[in-house]
Amino acid sequence: MDMSHTALNMAANDALKRRLKRRKRLDLVMRALSFAAAVFSLVILAIVLYRVVVQSIGWLNVAFLTGKLSMFPEKAGISGVILGSLLLMVIVIPVTLILGVATAVYLEEYSRRNALRSVVQTAIANLAGVPSVIFGLLGLTVFSRFFGLGSSILAGGLTLSLLVLPLVVVSSSEAIKAVPQFLRDASYALGATKWTTTWRVVLPTAMPGILTGNILALSRAIGETAPLVVLGIPALILRSPKSLLDDFTALPVQIYYWTLDTVLTPEYAHLAAATIIVLLVMMFVLNGAAIVIRRKFARRY
Amino acid sequence: MAEKEQNNQIITENLSLHYGTLQALKQVNLAIPARQITALIGPSGCGKSTFLKTLNRMNDLIEGVRVSGKVLIDGEDIYDPAVDVPLLRKKIGMVFQKPNPFPMSIYDNIAYGPRIHGTRGRRELDEIVIRSLKDAALWPEVKDRLKDNAFDLSGGQQQRLCIARALAVEPEILLLDESTSALDPASTLKIEDLMTQLKERYTIVMVTHNMQQAARISDWTAFFMLGEVIEYNRTGQLFNQPREQQTEAYLTGRFG
Ligand SMILES: Nc1ncnc2c1ncn2[C@@H]1O[C@H](COP(=O)(O)OP(=O)(O)O)[C@@H](O)[C@H]1O
Ligand SMILES: [Mg+2]
Repeated sequence: MDMSHTALNMAANDALKRRLKRRKRLDLVMRALSFAAAVFSLVILAIVLYRVVVQSIGWLNVAFLTGKLSMFPEKAGISGVILGSLLLMVIVIPVTLILGVATAVYLEEYSRRNALRSVVQTAIANLAGVPSVIFGLLGLTVFSRFFGLGSSILAGGLTLSLLVLPLVVVSSSEAIKAVPQFLRDASYALGATKWTTTWRVVLPTAMPGILTGNILALSRAIGETAPLVVLGIPALILRSPKSLLDDFTALPVQIYYWTLDTVLTPEYAHLAAATIIVLLVMMFVLNGAAIVIRRKFARRY
Repeated sequence: MAEKEQNNQIITENLSLHYGTLQALKQVNLAIPARQITALIGPSGCGKSTFLKTLNRMNDLIEGVRVSGKVLIDGEDIYDPAVDVPLLRKKIGMVFQKPNPFPMSIYDNIAYGPRIHGTRGRRELDEIVIRSLKDAALWPEVKDRLKDNAFDLSGGQQQRLCIARALAVEPEILLLDESTSALDPASTLKIEDLMTQLKERYTIVMVTHNMQQAARISDWTAFFMLGEVIEYNRTGQLFNQPREQQTEAYLTGRFG
């Protein structure tokens, strides 16, 4: 009986070992697969970057960065385009920060936890996934036509604000939610009102998270082409904008038009590549700032 | 022994509390004397924290809480709709189980309360900060680092900072909810010493799971079980000659 027992045990052991072996093999295969996937996307990215960099060599220089737009590739510069993108940010930053944070504060701190609130939250989360062209159409209808702002910087900035507002609301809500209840309790126990607690404890504590989310949303906004194209931004603007009500062009839009026109003027491809580099640098700076803020204010409670 | 007439600052009358359908306090009647230390003991989940939070209406912050009966503080029913709750909480300081300083400097932590209640002058704030830190026996340890973040302090120091922060708004009553349970023995002793000094000026109600602590520093002790006060007496009496059999069982069970 003892004998059969050990035999049985050994059989069971063998089965176990075989299964373990199979699992280990599966593990190896999956690891190789996911590694290959990661390498694949990195390679693609590297190829794109390489092409862009090579194409821009000789074209991306001080004259290009400080010059004005021109029909002639050798004379063209993008100072007005950069200015257009910066002025867009001047509108997007305050609008999304104020509206987005106020909405998040209302949702997280003031609204009752009921069905309506979860409907609103779901709607906002889904808005973040709506294609940007749709926001362009909304901006065209509301800002350009109804308010008569045309294809001005103001119209573009407000449209981009709408586009990234859901992202800002969601990330700000997350940051506010991450503020521990015991900090609020400490404030209330000292006789603070809800508003005082929100303003002096919750918002400052959540601010690094709010800013990080806002910067990431901003870097999305400056890369958007579709909504601005829908607003009807002219294909070639030779003057730089002087006020927020002037027509303008922005980096992604200029890249788009130059790329379209390479059929007629092959040199435009170099201008587009150089502009892409400028846009990428701006996005790297923004994302870097977000990382720095996150690091610097790492949570300690 | 002829006792002086007690000045009871906090009186609860048939105080009951429900969390939704769960009744956490059942007809609690307690008279808590001014400028003494009253300890609340009992098995966990018996409603000690809940009772403490009814005294400064922190329960208002929890959804689905219903309170019935009365809590009289200085003769005033604090559940009267006319009561200004922030003002009530200013009068009644609270120190929590886990130290919960704000993520700000030591100075700003203490100045927070006075600032939100309207004190703005730099010199006035300086005075309050220094006095509160001294009262909380923390001044010598932090006087050169008031600008440091409060999280740089040790756990015991953080808890004394929280006490100082509560004292800064000049309360009359201090509520402590197991405020030493997260601390090492040395810090615990420091805070116990502090309490015995502070009771000359403040009415102190403290929840503790540590019965030696209740015996060491409190004047009165209330024993809670399942939301009811089983026994309430002078601490010496309650510990040496408990009237109720449940009290005795609890005390001996823990000490044994
Ligand atoms: N926020 C809450 N919601 C629902 N039930 C609660 C809440 N807080 C405490 N309770 C319940 O009330 C009872 C008393 O809790 P508590 O006052 O925390 O006890 P103690 O402090 O004596 O350990 C427990 O049964 C607990 O589960
Ligand atoms: Mg408790």
